Amino acid sequence: MWFRKDRAPKEVREGRTSKVPEGLWVKCDSCRQILYNKELARNFKICPKCGFHFRLSAPERLRMLFDDEEWVELDPGLRSSDPLRFRDSKKYRDRLREAEEGVGPSDAIVVGSGTLDGIPVIIGAMEFFFMAGSMGSVVGEKIARACERALADRRPLILVSTSGGARMQEGILSLMQMGKIAAALGRLAEARVPYVSVMADPTTGGVTASYAMLGDLNIAEPNALIGFAGPRVIEQTIRQTLPEGFQRSEFLLEHGMLDLIVDRSEMKATLARCLRLLWDGRPAA
Amino acid sequence: MNADDGNFEEPILRLRRRIEELSALPDDAAHRKEIEKLREKLERVSKEIYAGLTPWQKTLVARHPARPYPLDYVEALMSDFVELHGDRKFADDAAVIAGFARFRQRPVAVVGHQKGRDTKEKIRRNFGMPRPEGFRKALRVMELAEKFGRPILSFIDTAGAYPGIDAEERGQAEAIAVNLREMARFHVPIVVTVTGEGGSGGALALGIGDRVLMLEHSTYSVISPEGCASILWKDAARKKDAAEAMRLTAADLRDLEVIDEIVPEPPGGAHADPAGAAAAVGEAVERHLSEVADLTPEERRERRYRRFRALGRFETAGPA
Repeated sequence: MWFRKDRAPKEVREGRTSKVPEGLWVKCDSCRQILYNKELARNFKICPKCGFHFRLSAPERLRMLFDDEEWVELDPGLRSSDPLRFRDSKKYRDRLREAEEGVGPSDAIVVGSGTLDGIPVIIGAMEFFFMAGSMGSVVGEKIARACERALADRRPLILVSTSGGARMQEGILSLMQMGKIAAALGRLAEARVPYVSVMADPTTGGVTASYAMLGDLNIAEPNALIGFAGPRVIEQTIRQTLPEGFQRSEFLLEHGMLDLIVDRSEMKATLARCLRLLWDGRPAA
Repeated sequence: MNADDGNFEEPILRLRRRIEELSALPDDAAHRKEIEKLREKLERVSKEIYAGLTPWQKTLVARHPARPYPLDYVEALMSDFVELHGDRKFADDAAVIAGFARFRQRPVAVVGHQKGRDTKEKIRRNFGMPRPEGFRKALRVMELAEKFGRPILSFIDTAGAYPGIDAEERGQAEAIAVNLREMARFHVPIVVTVTGEGGSGGALALGIGDRVLMLEHSTYSVISPEGCASILWKDAARKKDAAEAMRLTAADLRDLEVIDEIVPEPPGGAHADPAGAAAAVGEAVERHLSEVADLTPEERRERRYRRFRALGRFETAGPA
C-alpha cells in the first residue's frame, strides 16, 4: 500500500458540516499540509502531498463525471416531509430547513442525466453535507426513479455513495428504502442494463447494505470507510480496538468486496472504459 | 416502576404466583372458587396492562426471554420440518434457521432468526444476530423454494445483523443487499411475520414479501431505541424517548403502510400463552398465503415490487 494514514479513522458523525472553506488556503485533513485552494480544485480535490481525497459535494462530483460539466437534473422537486413528526434534540423539520438553506434543496442526492465520455448515462451523486448523506424517502424515491429511468432509456446507471446510512428521523420508512431500491436494481439487472456503484468516504449502514454493494462493478475511492456497522458500534460490541485499516477500501478489496480502487483523477476514464467493455449501448433484443 | 419500566408485568406475576400457591393447596370448593376468581382477574389485568403498553415497554415485550421464537412457531404450526444447514460457502450460522416443512398439508420453505433460550444456546446462536453466512443460508434455501415452487414463510426476530469484525470481513452488507434484491425477484409466494424484534437491515434481509404481518407486541425499526438515543440524543439512556419518536410498534407500522396486518396476541402477550399466539399466527399466515397463492407468479412478483416501491413519504415542490 503506497499510502496509509497513521491516525485512527475519523468517525462518521451525524450532521457533520465541516466543508472545505471557501478561503484561499485550506489545510489537508490528513497530512495537515496547507494547500492553495485553486490548486486543490484543479487536482480533483486530492491532496497533492499525501493523496487524501477531500469530500466532494454532489455537484462537484457530477461536474467531474459528466461531459462538459453538463447534466439535466432528474426529480429536483422531491422534498423530504416529516412523516413521523420526529423530534430529538431538534425537530427534523428544522434540521431539514437548515440543510436545505446550507447545502441546497436536492436532499442527500442529486441525480442527473447526461453523457460520460460520450456514453449516455444516469448518475446519482450523494450529498454528504446534507444530513450526513443519510437515506430517507427522498433519496430512496430518487434512486428508484433513476433505476426505472435507466431501464426505460437503457442508459447505464452510476451511483456515487457517500452516506452515514439510513435517516433515523424517518424511522422504518428509511429502512424500507433499502428494499425499494434493491428491488428496482433487480429489475435493471434483469434488463441487462449496467449499474456501477462508486463508493466514496464514508459509505456505511443501510446504503452499503443495499445499493452500494449491488453494483455489476463495485468501485471505491482510496482509503474510503466502507462497511455495514460503524467502527464505533463494532468496538462497543466486541470491546477491542479495531485493526489498522479495517473497513477501508484497501481492506474491502483484499476481502473480495470490491472490483477496483480508483483514484478520483482516474475515475471518469475508468468508468468509461469499463462501460464500453460491458455494454454496447444497443437496446434489448 | 423502575427506570426501565420493566416491571409493568409485576401485577400479572403476582396474580399468577397466588394462583399457583392456591393450586398447591388441598382441592376444595372454596379454593376452586378463589382460583376461578383470580383467573378472571388475571385475564382482565393482563388485558388492561397489555392494552396500554408504551413503545419502550413493547420493545421489552418483543425481547422477552420467554417470548416464542421462530422455531417455536415452526414446531407448533408445521410438521415434517427438515432443517437445512450451511451457506455452502463458509459456515452454518445458527442465528438463522432454514428448511422445509408442511404447513397445513402444504410443503413450504421456512426461514427465520433464532435467539436461543439458555446461555449456551444463546451463545451458539449469537443471540439471534446473523453473520453473512446466515443470510446466505437463508437465500440458498429460498432459492431452492423458488426452484421447486414452494412458498416461503419467513419469521423475523433479531436485534439486528451482527456488528463484528468477521461479519464485516465476509461482507455483511453485501449479504443483506443480495437478499433484498433476490427476495423481490422470486416468483413463489412469500409471507413474512415479525414475531419479536424487527431489528434493522438484519430483519429486512428476510423481510421482503408479498405480505408482511406483525405480532401485536413485536417491534420493527431502522435502529434499536438505544442506538437511536445514543446517536441523536448522544445519550443511550434516552431510549424511551427514542422508542416513542421512532414509531416502531405494529400499530405505527400499519399506519405507515409498511405492514399488512397486526396479528393479535393473547392477553399478557405471546409468552403468556405460546399456543394461543401460534394459533393466531397460523390463521393469519394461512389466510394471506392462500390469497397470494391464487395470483399468477408474474402478478405476484409485480405486486410485491409495487408494494415496496410505494413505501416512503415525501413532498413534491415545483416542477417534479
